[in-house]
Amino acid sequence: MESIITIRNLSKTYSTGLLALNNINLDIHKGEIFALLGPNGAGKTTLISIICGIVTPGEGDVTVDKHDIVLNFRAARSMIGLVPQELSIATFESVLTTMNFSRGLFGKPSNPVYIESVLRDLSLWDKRDERIVNLSGGMKRRVLIAKALAHEPKILFLDEPTAGIDVEQRRGMWNMVRRLRDSGVTIILTTHYIEEAEEMADRIGVINDGQISVIEEKTVLMNKLGKKQLALTLQHPLKSLPDELAGYPLELSQDGEVLVFTFDVQKEHTGISELLRKLSQFGIDFKDLHSSQSSLEDIFVSLVRDKS
Amino acid sequence: MNIYAIRAIYVFEMSRTWRTLMESIASPILTTSLYFIVFGAAIGSRMGDIDGISYGSFIIPGLLMLSLLGESISNASFGIYFPKFSGTIYEVLSAPVSPVEVVIGYVGAAASKSLIIGGLILITARFFVDYQIMHPVMMVSFLLLTAISFSLFGFIIGLWADDFQKLQIIPMMVITPLTFLGGAFYSISMLPPFWQKVTLFNPVVYLISGFRWSFYGVADVNVGISLAMIMVFMLLCLTGIWWIFKTGYRLKN
Repeated sequence: MESIITIRNLSKTYSTGLLALNNINLDIHKGEIFALLGPNGAGKTTLISIICGIVTPGEGDVTVDKHDIVLNFRAARSMIGLVPQELSIATFESVLTTMNFSRGLFGKPSNPVYIESVLRDLSLWDKRDERIVNLSGGMKRRVLIAKALAHEPKILFLDEPTAGIDVEQRRGMWNMVRRLRDSGVTIILTTHYIEEAEEMADRIGVINDGQISVIEEKTVLMNKLGKKQLALTLQHPLKSLPDELAGYPLELSQDGEVLVFTFDVQKEHTGISELLRKLSQFGIDFKDLHSSQSSLEDIFVSLVRDKS
Repeated sequence: MNIYAIRAIYVFEMSRTWRTLMESIASPILTTSLYFIVFGAAIGSRMGDIDGISYGSFIIPGLLMLSLLGESISNASFGIYFPKFSGTIYEVLSAPVSPVEVVIGYVGAAASKSLIIGGLILITARFFVDYQIMHPVMMVSFLLLTAISFSLFGFIIGLWADDFQKLQIIPMMVITPLTFLGGAFYSISMLPPFWQKVTLFNPVVYLISGFRWSFYGVADVNVGISLAMIMVFMLLCLTGIWWIFKTGYRLKN
């Protein structure tokens, strides 16, 4: 996989003494959607801000398409579009004015055709002459995305892109991000919504306390860490587990009505059929059963908990 | 050089001026006109000439400088403070622009605006008092240098300020007193000898004196020294800005 952003041994200590990033090594692949997960204060925004030039890097190296972000900042930054977490936007300007400002700032001559296509794509064309102060929160968020795309970046950073956006708009945003990826843009998003990462990402990185604890393909991560559980609702409540079943990863609910079997989806033999045979052998009948797979959220919570 | 970026910043800043035309242009002109009416046309006729110049005419260069300094500082400081305050500065910081380009864009726009105001004030003054400009090239040079220097200074204030009060405090507490005591309304030769010496520590004295010389050919201090003082001030401001960008002070963490 060709890497478009390379981060090597990056650390950052703020003047307050806070160690925000601790020896980060990360490669972002060209054309992927990379989701960076982590609790508040984990270092997500600091990492993004360093790559984009908003925070001065501490130790280590970051290159964007082989351009060092400090030594060759023009080449590096020209490739990047950033959608910040906060709705920071010049409120008294019109949508079109602020778009043209963004494009010019990134050193591109005006291109009304392209700007129109971006605004249409984000359903903002009708609002082009509207002052931003009159727009709704969701629209402002889209204006920020439009501004980030104004200079035709190859890499797009979305810092909490769907914070404060309703469900329908969130779907629309996801579709837009996919279209961008299909057009060749590499996307890095940070999010609190595990659902979002699960839905969108090709790869997932988990950052906690300024360190990357996991970088993995989403599917691999979910398979690797994903546990499946089989819940059996029993015909007759049990007081305790029969001794013969002691070796199994079984748990009995407090009321003794539900038996939960945890197994690994990766394994050839999950042990389900053997368990069921044993149960009938001991005359334990069940009236219902259902299996469930742990979501990325469960994985994430367990990862963060393990670390801390 | 990212010319498009400089233009984008400049155009964006100037559009703010046009959008707030009443507040940004009409209001300083009105204020200065009131000075002309009161001190020039009304009281001025009762005052004696200074250095052979009628009082109304005498105060024009000083009043013009007063507006120019104030406007340059407030435009430039607000221009860069507001994006910091609203958070939109992220875009400038993440853009492929060098500090030099950022400064040219913001300071250029602030200086342009105060020059426009200066020009309009000069035209307005014509309606109330008579004046002449003996050294037009020098007058324009003084205008330009002052507008640029004090816009640079305003830019530093805007970078330094982290609340609106700090944005106001230097113009109010430092610049206004220095300008009023800088000989806008009097010749420093009218002061007692001791205060004549003290007043030479006021940099605005050199600005107003030099500027008045370009109008009427009379000055409190040597014109060369006046020019040199502006240059030194400009250099100091440039050094300050260079240091801010180099260290990221109040701009980046």
